[in-house]
Amino acid sequence: MGKTLTEKILGKKAGKDVRAGEVVTVSPDFILSHDNASAIIQEFRKFGIKSVKAPEKMVIVLDHIVPASEEKYAQNHKMIREFVAKQRIPNFFDINCGICHQVFAEQGFALPGKLIVGSDSHTTSYGAFGAFAAGIGRTEVASIWATDEIWLRVPETIRIEIDGKLPRGVYAKDVILKIIGDGGADMADYKAVEFAGRAAKKFSLGSRFVLANMSAEMGAKNGYFEPDEETLAWLKARARAEFDVIKSDPDAEYKSVLKYDISNLAPQLACPHTVDNVKPVTEVEDKTFHQGVLGTCTNGRVEDLQVAAKILKGKKIHPGVRLLVLPASWEVYREALKKRTLAVLAEAGCVILNPGCGPCLGAHEGILAPGEVALSTSNRNFRGRMGSRDSEIYLTSPATVAASCLVGKITDPRKFL
Amino acid sequence: MKKGRIWKYGDNVNTDVIFPGKYTYALMPPEEMARHALEDLDPGFAQNVKPGDVIVAGRNFGCGSSREQAAACLKFAGVQAVIAKSFARIYFRNAINLGLPVLQCPEAVDHVETGEEMEIDFTQSEIRTAKGTFKFPPLPDSVIGILEAGGLIEYTKKKLEAAK
Repeated sequence: MGKTLTEKILGKKAGKDVRAGEVVTVSPDFILSHDNASAIIQEFRKFGIKSVKAPEKMVIVLDHIVPASEEKYAQNHKMIREFVAKQRIPNFFDINCGICHQVFAEQGFALPGKLIVGSDSHTTSYGAFGAFAAGIGRTEVASIWATDEIWLRVPETIRIEIDGKLPRGVYAKDVILKIIGDGGADMADYKAVEFAGRAAKKFSLGSRFVLANMSAEMGAKNGYFEPDEETLAWLKARARAEFDVIKSDPDAEYKSVLKYDISNLAPQLACPHTVDNVKPVTEVEDKTFHQGVLGTCTNGRVEDLQVAAKILKGKKIHPGVRLLVLPASWEVYREALKKRTLAVLAEAGCVILNPGCGPCLGAHEGILAPGEVALSTSNRNFRGRMGSRDSEIYLTSPATVAASCLVGKITDPRKFL
Repeated sequence: MKKGRIWKYGDNVNTDVIFPGKYTYALMPPEEMARHALEDLDPGFAQNVKPGDVIVAGRNFGCGSSREQAAACLKFAGVQAVIAKSFARIYFRNAINLGLPVLQCPEAVDHVETGEEMEIDFTQSEIRTAKGTFKFPPLPDSVIGILEAGGLIEYTKKKLEAAK
């Protein structure tokens, strides 16, 4: 019997033959943290040791509340910068870089076959490149900084085969929302998810990122694709380390296999207050909302901004709504600036914010008042996440956000494409 | 084992309602974390929780963010353990790493209500309630080692000292 990518990567790192269900102790290739590095530093200090064990493996990106909106956050950032200098951590990305997951990829750390952990649940994103990547907590990261080790249970794998062709006006976001809506928020709890099938093979790197990122919303430990030529070409000038492409064997054992044909899929959205409360956009059309959010680690790449710009070009967003745009990184921002995508969005009346997590987790830059409704391209719609406990969040694709912001009500984007 | 009063909730209790994102990036002392516990799920919880109380919930408890305060705030509020039908994986690890017992026992969840009491016997791996006694699967050795040390910080500290 063959092995899955996850069994192979964890086995390679553990230096032995492993199967799903076994527990291994491994040394990660890279460890991500962000603004929560300040809390991790506090935990690390409890060990009473002077130095981190492998500074070259640590990647720290400031993104959650950037620039600092209050003195307490400024103090956190200062603490992190001082720690980075003292510990000689080479891979530090300050507030002028972007959202950690996008920056981690752009800077060439998200590599095929690598074992990556991070103190952020959407660390699963790097599965887009064929890595094993899983989110962990702060105390655990502090412990890895000290020991360069973590225990992991080798997960079983669910294979999701996606076939057919994306219809006009339907995107990777609609595909992953449909899958989560069908399977539920814990459909892949403790498990790996392998995205395969003829349609998935043709997905752009950005689309792969959307699915791997949102595999966290089905409870997955990691979610991944087999890297294709586009992925390898993109990595060519970026890769920070040598890597081996690792693939599941054709006779690998899967916990289950799910099959999707996306040829007739309609635009989808996740209704409040859970990501698995998914409906076709047509069923929620004409619902009024107040704030659109275009961006985040899920849908803040150039291709996402371009989809919205195509719909908004030469038009003005409805006066009853506001549309916040947060490119996923400053590399994305600069490219969208050169391509005039940001100009189109600004002329349509969008508020263009600096790359970062922005309002997605309710800390700053667009908090919702009681009774307000947001339509967002982000990945979570939990109660109170973007502000008031009495606000609501709908999750959808960049096209649906753009079309809806033109009309001032939730709208099927196919009318504008 | 001490008897604990039950607070029962449903499926998919997420980290945002356990500990809102707006507080997540502020460094706060334990008692302040405890004051925000379950703020967006059950605003009455933090004022009324007593040391030794138990949280009982449905499937996928703690889904969402990796924020550790979602486990820490319950521990600091005095919660003895969380018993659920299932846990989200990062939450499960976080709770263990902080020394908060998290037990999977769907049968017990189905047989208790808010305000009732239960007793947890870790040595026998069982939960005693007015409606009966329910067994839970013993935690894996790797997890017990961390819980017995009082959490991952203490566990790692011992490991570092042993390696000296």
